[in-house]
Amino acid sequence: MSKPNQPFGMLAEYTTAREIYHACESVRDAGYVRWDSHTPFPVHNLDKAMGLRPSPLPWIVFAAGISGASLGFLLQWWVSTIAYPIVVHGKPYFSYQAFVPVTFELGILFSAFGAVLGMLGLNRLPQWYHSLFNAPKFARATDDRFFISIEVSDPNYDPEKTRALLESTGAVSVEEVED
Amino acid sequence: MTLVTGNNVTFKQLTDDVARPIEDPPLGWWLAFGLALPLLGLLGVALAYLLWEGVGIWGVNNPVGWGWAIVNFVFWVGIGHAGTLISAILFLFRQNWRTAVNRSAEAMTIFAVICAGMFPGIHTGRPWLDYWMFPLPNQMQMWPNFRSPLLWDVFAVSTYFTVSLLFWYVGLVPDLATMRDRAKSKIGQFAYGLFALGWRGSTRHWQHYEKAYLLLAGLATPLVLSVHTIVSFDFAVSNLPGWHTTIFPPYFVAGAIFSGFGMVLTLLIPLRKWYKLEHIITIKHLENMAKVILLTGSLVGYAYAMEFFIAWYSGNAYESFAFVNRAFGDYWWAYWTMVSCNVISPQLVWFKKIRRSPMALFILSIFVNIGMWFERFVITVTSLHHDFMPSSWGYYTATFWDLAFLLGSFGLFFTLFLLFCRFLPMIALAEIKAVLPIANPHYGEEDGHHE
Repeated sequence: MSKPNQPFGMLAEYTTAREIYHACESVRDAGYVRWDSHTPFPVHNLDKAMGLRPSPLPWIVFAAGISGASLGFLLQWWVSTIAYPIVVHGKPYFSYQAFVPVTFELGILFSAFGAVLGMLGLNRLPQWYHSLFNAPKFARATDDRFFISIEVSDPNYDPEKTRALLESTGAVSVEEVED
Repeated sequence: MTLVTGNNVTFKQLTDDVARPIEDPPLGWWLAFGLALPLLGLLGVALAYLLWEGVGIWGVNNPVGWGWAIVNFVFWVGIGHAGTLISAILFLFRQNWRTAVNRSAEAMTIFAVICAGMFPGIHTGRPWLDYWMFPLPNQMQMWPNFRSPLLWDVFAVSTYFTVSLLFWYVGLVPDLATMRDRAKSKIGQFAYGLFALGWRGSTRHWQHYEKAYLLLAGLATPLVLSVHTIVSFDFAVSNLPGWHTTIFPPYFVAGAIFSGFGMVLTLLIPLRKWYKLEHIITIKHLENMAKVILLTGSLVGYAYAMEFFIAWYSGNAYESFAFVNRAFGDYWWAYWTMVSCNVISPQLVWFKKIRRSPMALFILSIFVNIGMWFERFVITVTSLHHDFMPSSWGYYTATFWDLAFLLGSFGLFFTLFLLFCRFLPMIALAEIKAVLPIANPHYGEEDGHHE
């Protein structure tokens, strides 16, 4: 938002899942990199049509889960043997069998936080302002319309050629969006 | 199976149908809210009196030290389980019909766990000492006992609540964005916008989002099974006849799902009518849920029978006595209420007429709720009131304040649920749109293959 009325990119609108799917294939094949599609629901395999790489989220969740479970087990070991060693039920201080439930629960808890925070982090959310919200018709991206946005900063971006490409893919409207 | 009935369903129409009752709440909502609020008020009065006077206002005595507080706790935690089953387990099994009911069932889970969590918090009458339950450094230099099932319960229930809340909220984000983009008022735009986190339906986002959703479903599945397992350990790890049985974990989980589906039906049958969502939550959906009730109800019936068999087969005099006492002792009325509601009533679902009639299912669901509350009561009280030594036997009667807490917890539950229906989309819009035939990117193509 350095200067007002600077263009952010081109926004094309589609009416069906099928059109956006094939349009994404065309934009991908034309070699664009700084672009995105917007749909009211996850369209099956649209990420493949856009040529996106698989999400690394499972690794984040795995790391979080292992940390949670280890931390849970360590906590119980430390509390029961070092911080407050006391004989209960005649069991040894380090009665690891009894530590399974809490270890499990903390593993799940940390994994869930890993999944949600990891997803938000990878998506750079929350981000309450975005240039696309300047386009009034973009409100239908959460209702019943499908959009493709190509940013000005893309090396292949050319106002005429990009518009022509998007129009050739069956867009019902193509417009420039301000930054 | 058609998930949404009616001709030429469009995405726009679905958005409108789900958002309309939020923008213009029907009369039924106001009536229900008017009934829920006084009950919530009753809870407030009961809580105030409890804090003022102490747990002596309840009927708990020696030997029955666990009264309705634990009964209500176990009952409410169980209610929550259906929500997680619908949202997580049916998701992993690719049961697309779940999209019509998962949002409201998950909300039900969260509110039920709130009601449940309240009881351990107040059951000592000294909620300001609740921090004793958590492993926090404190001035007494004491730490909790990690060998106790009661402490496992603290971790299980708080993890369950947190994960359910995260799962529900993640599912809500795209729909909050829909509400944001529809909102006319400044407050609506701000509030929905704030919680929508700036969601813009980006495919780059959906990709991580769907992965997160799948992983959360995969995490919630073992979690939900562990929660009622651990709740059952509160009983099963003790030495008391009638509690000390290995069947408890699966039996509690089956009962939890049974009661939870009962509550889902109790909530959704009136709501689908008031909110005019009969084309989204169809008879087929009700029928599917009724079948789950039949299955889990039969499992519960099997568990009751197996408990009796093992009590006899174990050759243990105390165990045998505990079960004969359950069925024919002082609390026979509670036992047979439980059996009629939980074992006999779900068998009516075998009849197609009944499982396709919303009215019949609504009545049935009330019986399931009653029966499962009695199950928790029977398990808790009958084992405590007559244990090994006749000299320590006793009888337990609930007081008015016990009842006030039970009714009050329903007030809290219904108030929270109705507020949810008032302000948030009770159908998972983005999910239900995604399973429509027109959402398939190859819809209408000649070869129409799936990758």
